[in-house]
Amino acid sequence: MVSPNSSTPGGQPGSAVASSADKTTIPDVVIRLAGNSQDGIQSVGGFLARLAGRSDQDVMTYMTIPATISGGPSIFQVRMGTGDILSSGDQADFLVAFYQHSYESHISALRPGGVLIYDTDHVKPNPEDRRFTNVGIPITSATVEAVGGTGKDKGKNIFVLGLIARIFDLDVPKLSQLIKERLGGRGEEAVRNAMMAFDAGYAHPVENLLGHLYRFARATSTGATTSRPAVTMDGNTAMVYGLLAAGVRYGAAYPITPWSSIMEMLRTELPKYGGLFVQAEDEIAAVSHALGFAYSGHLSVTGSSGPGLSLKMEALGWGSMAEIPLICINVQRGGPSTGMPTSVEQSDLLQALYGSHGDTPRVVLAPKDVEDCFYIAMEAARIAKEFSTPVIILTDQALATRIEAFEEPDLKALVKEPVLDLTPAPVDYKPYPLEKWPKHVPPGTRMLSGKYPTVTGLEHDEAGHPSASPVVHAKMNARRREKIKAVAATLPAHEIYGDQSGDALVIGWCSTYGPIREAVNQLRSGDQPIKVGQLHLRHLAPFAPGLAEIFARYKKVVVCEINDEGLHGYGQLAMLLRGAFANPSIVSVTKTDGLTFKVREIVAGVQKHLSA
Amino acid sequence: MSSAPVSAPLAEAPAIGGPGRAPLAKKTLVSDHPTWCPGCGDFAVLASFYRVLEKLNYPQENIVTFAGIGCSSRFPYFVNSHGGHFIHGRSLPFAAAISLGRDDLHVFAFGGDGDGFSIGGNHLFHAARKNTKMTYVIMDNSVYGLTKKQTSPTSPVGFKSKTDPWGAMEQPVNPMKTLLTAGATFVARSHATQVNHMTEMMLRAAQHDGFSVVEILSECVEFNEGAFDAANPRKGGKWQQIELKKNDGTPEDAARHDPTDEFSAMKLALADAPGYFGVFYEVNRPTKNKLERDLIARTREKTKGASALQLLESTFVKMR
Ligand SMILES: Cc1ncc(C[n+]2csc(CCOP(=O)(O)OP(=O)(O)O)c2C)c(N)n1
Ligand code: SF4
Repeated sequence: MVSPNSSTPGGQPGSAVASSADKTTIPDVVIRLAGNSQDGIQSVGGFLARLAGRSDQDVMTYMTIPATISGGPSIFQVRMGTGDILSSGDQADFLVAFYQHSYESHISALRPGGVLIYDTDHVKPNPEDRRFTNVGIPITSATVEAVGGTGKDKGKNIFVLGLIARIFDLDVPKLSQLIKERLGGRGEEAVRNAMMAFDAGYAHPVENLLGHLYRFARATSTGATTSRPAVTMDGNTAMVYGLLAAGVRYGAAYPITPWSSIMEMLRTELPKYGGLFVQAEDEIAAVSHALGFAYSGHLSVTGSSGPGLSLKMEALGWGSMAEIPLICINVQRGGPSTGMPTSVEQSDLLQALYGSHGDTPRVVLAPKDVEDCFYIAMEAARIAKEFSTPVIILTDQALATRIEAFEEPDLKALVKEPVLDLTPAPVDYKPYPLEKWPKHVPPGTRMLSGKYPTVTGLEHDEAGHPSASPVVHAKMNARRREKIKAVAATLPAHEIYGDQSGDALVIGWCSTYGPIREAVNQLRSGDQPIKVGQLHLRHLAPFAPGLAEIFARYKKVVVCEINDEGLHGYGQLAMLLRGAFANPSIVSVTKTDGLTFKVREIVAGVQKHLSA
Repeated sequence: MSSAPVSAPLAEAPAIGGPGRAPLAKKTLVSDHPTWCPGCGDFAVLASFYRVLEKLNYPQENIVTFAGIGCSSRFPYFVNSHGGHFIHGRSLPFAAAISLGRDDLHVFAFGGDGDGFSIGGNHLFHAARKNTKMTYVIMDNSVYGLTKKQTSPTSPVGFKSKTDPWGAMEQPVNPMKTLLTAGATFVARSHATQVNHMTEMMLRAAQHDGFSVVEILSECVEFNEGAFDAANPRKGGKWQQIELKKNDGTPEDAARHDPTDEFSAMKLALADAPGYFGVFYEVNRPTKNKLERDLIARTREKTKGASALQLLESTFVKMR
């Protein structure tokens, strides 16, 4: 069996399958665990993801959590294997259903020919439905039997982990080690129970029901060997470590899903680094605190999700006017209003760029995958410091929560210890000179002129004095615009994956990177291959130079984004690009079902635009 | 990027304030000429504040004055120190962060009653709870000055303004009651015509280790003339000053106010306008600055003062 999700060469559906003894070799697999949130299916997913990371395999996860406080249906999907895993998979190859509702809600996500593993204690599959290999296992009672009465049905997630380890010939010593590391804190008893559940799952004669077992193809050694080991984490965690590596030591925020885990981690981590994080009374206070820290001379961070970003807008305008460095993260979720807090959407772009009052040009960045969450945080820090300006990072719910394995960053080369620069300011110091971008001068700095600077949101002249002169306002508006344009000159040139010219250039931002790449692979290698390139935008404002020339090389520029097509039929980024480049070949593929793009949706979207 | 330490060589520039330096004097502190209307009470507050800074003699570069938006919030422009003004109503979280970020700075926030009790009311409440070390001076004129006479949260019932031409109908905020309830650790009140008293209140506030607030009745001659005459003896009013306990064992002392007694403070706060003047409440509760520094110290002890690189390296090992 080969995953139909795989788009790496040789991974096409129906391609050659090497069989060794009773084990079928597969490039990768998509497993969806469906249960309730308290069943610990997230942690099974976490174990699998981390194991993949430690086994030089690639992995990507996807999960939904209920918006309810405790309990409620929940899924965790993990795709793991040997190739380059770019998306969490359009369809599942394996579905593990813990309850009848899990079965009913998710059987449609299982591809025909896939395997349904269900708990016979709770699930009765439809006997008419013969599309799948049905494997019934008394998961609940077998766990109770293995762990004993006291364990109740608590360990059934670990039982399933054992089952999966058996089916896919996973590295048992490594998995046991992970279980010990993860549960060790809860005492020996917890580890012992978990291991009993795991062993029982592993010992279950599942091959009798399945007909055979699987193993992952060995990674071909042609791929670049990485010098550093892989690390496994979700996007929000990677973002936190990127901020810490960049020297961010202060911040403030107010809780909101799916941003909260960043603030929780920062609150826990920062004291270790000599810094601190404040839980503010609301998002306005949070951004105000963060700007206060920044004014006092520290690189600082605030963050939120959609509605919270709206509340921060006035203060962000002040940050642009007063020219104070700040990192503001926005983990996008479904909107408007409180919308769909646990679903993904990319509909805060225009808010990030234009949400403030007045003409407030600003820097907006977006990471492309979990690994990039680390690097984009460092990039934001660089720009904020170099240009004394607020920088917004737009990430999204899918990136925030999904787990990926990636090469450990070269910390020795990257980590920066912050320095508080209190060098006295020269006599001719001006805080806002036209055509120069000096750094913010924090309090504690001696002013050799004897004149201390007033930092203000009022329009001001070069010295910082309030001024309502029309000439000054026009000049200062231009100064703020030119400053952001100057950022563009420091950005790396655009990289295009695939065809460098031809039929279509597919553009995306944030979490759509992987599915777009898979779609591009498919479009270039199908029965009727077409010439397609991929350009993933990490710098949404300003754009790195050269886009107009790149666009001119393709018949269509197809922008894929998770937001509404709007009044004119274009998603938010597409609208921006159309506005900036007045290029009618820029078209949109959008969706707002709260889910990440499926590869086939992108393929179909591109094909539709090309045949139009 | 220059990363010179604090001890970079200095040119001939004036080093003012602080031990062993030329003392801070009004002439150093005066900045732009105030843009207030002639006769505005805020002039007197500014003059008193210069005196407070002269007495405190902090190093000039370590003084930070910040404000929100309003006539009174223009204050920092008129003090030659680091500072500025932030957005309307949000000076407290901004200024608190300056204090939390830098132990070496002396942080003062200024604002009006609109800035502090209306748009910034929520922040005032939480600043008091958090007890960050800083001083907040509210110039209360019971009207919106900068926006030209609308009802403010401290305007009395019946006050006629552009937004209440028939007279204000809402119960005014009682600043003292509000601040005591919120948990501020230093709460005082003064009147812009009582220069010595006002100076003393601000001085004591600045010396308090925690979140200190001084509300100063400061007349807006343009839009609320005579509003505080009832507390001004020169205008025939009655000045009711709070006398603080001296603990001298005399019978008179029994009648004096114990500022650590929250209940007595609340009773003073409940008096009808224009009410009492002086220190209502003063207690020591650990500041957020100290609690956070202690937390950092404890944590750093556990991590044996590891560098950022070491910390990140060990974290990433666990992520493998
Ligand atoms: C978000 C926002 N809303 C409204 C205003 C307009 N505004 C400026 S100052 C002010 C009221 C000032 O009153 P107060 O704080 O009492 O100060 P005063 O001018 O009386 O000293 C208002 C409503 C603003 N600047 N920002
Ligand atoms: S309007 Fe009132 S508060 Fe404002 S400056 Fe004039 S007198 Fe002072």
